[in-house]
Amino acid sequence: MISLDLLKKKQPAVIDQFEIEKLPLKLIEMGCLPGNEITLLHSAPFKDPIYLKVDQSHLAIRREMAKNIFVRLKP
Amino acid sequence: MPQTLKVALLGSPNTGKTSVFNTLSKLNQKVGNYPGITVEKKEGGWILNKYCKAKLYDFPGCYSLNANSIDESIVIETLLNKKDPDHPDVAIVVADVENLKRSLLFFTQIKGLKIPTILAINMADRMKKKGIEIDVALLEKELDTKVVLVSARKNTGFDRLRRVLLDHKNIPKKEIFDISKIDSGYFGNLKKTFPKESIYRLWLLITQEANFTKLRRKRVTDTSDFQTLSTTSLKKLQQKETVQRYVLINDVLKKTLVINPSKATSFGAILDRILIHKVFGYVIFFAILMLIFESIYDFSGIPMDFIDGSFTQLSNWIKSNLPIGNLTNLIAEGLIPGIGGVVIFIPQIALLYFFLALLEESGYMPRVIFLMDKGLRKFGLSGKSVIPLVSGTACAIPAVMTTRNIENWRERLITILVTPFTTCAARLPVYAILISLVIPDKGFYQSLTLMGLYLIGFGAALLMAWILHKSFMVDKKSFFVIEMPSYKMPLLKNVLYTVWEKTRTFIVEAGKIILAISIVLWVLATNGPGQNFKQAEEIVTNQFVEDTTIDLKAQIQAHKLENSYIGIIGRTIEPAIVPLGFDWKIGIALLSSFAAREVFVGTLATIYSVDSDRQETIKMKMANEKRGDGTPLFTLATGISLMLFYAFALQCMSTVAVVKKETKTWKWPMIQLFSMTSLAYLVSLSVFQILQ
Repeated sequence: MISLDLLKKKQPAVIDQFEIEKLPLKLIEMGCLPGNEITLLHSAPFKDPIYLKVDQSHLAIRREMAKNIFVRLKP
Repeated sequence: MPQTLKVALLGSPNTGKTSVFNTLSKLNQKVGNYPGITVEKKEGGWILNKYCKAKLYDFPGCYSLNANSIDESIVIETLLNKKDPDHPDVAIVVADVENLKRSLLFFTQIKGLKIPTILAINMADRMKKKGIEIDVALLEKELDTKVVLVSARKNTGFDRLRRVLLDHKNIPKKEIFDISKIDSGYFGNLKKTFPKESIYRLWLLITQEANFTKLRRKRVTDTSDFQTLSTTSLKKLQQKETVQRYVLINDVLKKTLVINPSKATSFGAILDRILIHKVFGYVIFFAILMLIFESIYDFSGIPMDFIDGSFTQLSNWIKSNLPIGNLTNLIAEGLIPGIGGVVIFIPQIALLYFFLALLEESGYMPRVIFLMDKGLRKFGLSGKSVIPLVSGTACAIPAVMTTRNIENWRERLITILVTPFTTCAARLPVYAILISLVIPDKGFYQSLTLMGLYLIGFGAALLMAWILHKSFMVDKKSFFVIEMPSYKMPLLKNVLYTVWEKTRTFIVEAGKIILAISIVLWVLATNGPGQNFKQAEEIVTNQFVEDTTIDLKAQIQAHKLENSYIGIIGRTIEPAIVPLGFDWKIGIALLSSFAAREVFVGTLATIYSVDSDRQETIKMKMANEKRGDGTPLFTLATGISLMLFYAFALQCMSTVAVVKKETKTWKWPMIQLFSMTSLAYLVSLSVFQILQ
């Protein structure tokens, strides 16, 4: 299990858990919740923010926030 | 008298909710503001049949009923308050067919309010291409409502929506998600304390920051036999609620939705690779900006000259065809030039809004935000500051309102404070007329000057942001979440509606101020105290009694103007602005444009109309204006100094008002007004002294 900011590009993974107090509710509402598939599609220039595909949603968050989300790699 | 059905259009951003609204209500729309706050309120009419008319409310887009912003609070307040005049009889939740799951989260919440809720799945025309199949009948059964597949783009499905709306009495009002199963202890207790109320409504009252709920929330949270929870526990419960809702939604979709993922790399993925590329991404963005500014300047020149000329002709026609008198003079010298000063804006503003709407509609803006976030953070801004900074090129007022999407207060405040530096549309006419007066019409000189002024605006915004960033000590953890919607070919219909609506609002709003000021100016310019004004004719005639070469009439008028009320005001402030290269007439224009910048051209038009009887356009009048020593007033130095003054000064009462509303204090708008205007004075002073 690694934190989301360490995920490699195009590497499929599944959200395992997150530090609930450090994340906004909006992120969960946008589909970022445990059990959902997550892929890092792009990093912005200078590596931040990151562009994710979570379930059917496409969204971007900052790396700082990604540190609070932990994912399991999919084989 | 047909019956009126109140229908709320609800949905997340990027679901095409506004396209649906435009398709249904066409030009039958009314735009206003919610009382007391500056959230746009749109109403439209849709005739369902002979007996029934729907009144559609296009609510601000939101992802859920858990309010994150003022815009979202509006939705909750209206939906929770049955006494609100806008409380709907029926709700339509607009969903994106490609992201049904997320729209259903919002749907289950609205349905929990026990309002008949129809699900309209938009962009249904894309289903085949995306390999999406939906069992509508089963979905209707699972969601306990009516589901309609529509496409605002192809204009399909709306007949069925009409029939479903007419039959709204048969749509069940039952909720499909039982909130009490999240925490049976807590919600059981809530139910016991308030047996008559809906638990979900109470839950929203407890967790929301919406305004109207204050009183009732006090009643709920202060009841002694009811245990209150800490904010953290409440948030945990809200998260649990969201997760549980998704469990339900996943179950429903498993039965009703099939997606065959297409193997081919989608067009969107290719576009993404180019548009957020670390080199091309920036190049493309700046190229687009340049293209926009260049075309605004190029395309608007001809219609602007035409409008300027037409108003001059109209003014002269009125002067020569209506009976001579004060009323005719007021119309010809006050009203018509004043209105002309507003109408002349239309080509530029419409073009600007056209391009901005294209960028919004296509889904390109979030990519720019993504590209710029890291860089802008160095200035204390957010990637999301790009939207206010770019839309500030239209008008700072809506731009300041778009900062509501910035989650972090510090980043948002800095954005609000620097947004008025960006070159808004109201500065354009000032720049346009000054550029054509003082910059030679050779090669690209004129459009490069304009471009330079835009860059100065952005540069000043960034510089000030950086200074503020370094001087604010508070630093809070920053949240940043943004949806990256799929690319869409902009719908011309939507773009044109936006252009029409925004331009109209702008012209009407600016028009009111300009008209009022034009009348006041005219009165002040045609009246004056004391003998000097009243006996102008005698004084001047006596003065030039020997000299026959002089144009006596013009001299009398000049003397009158100088001794009118406005002349006295102008000459009083003249010592302060002479070092900047301005005379007292420009001084008056500066003073009057503290209400709104665009008044500048109108003011000069009014002053010069009073001043002269010759049939000339504003531009010709300005070009002929002389200093005391006979040299032209509008030299390069004066022109540049004046343009820079307009670039930096905060001359817009509406911006002051909106900043006050958004920051909820007078402190920030006052700091802004004072520092921007001082900066403008210093810059103009140094530039004029150097160039002179």
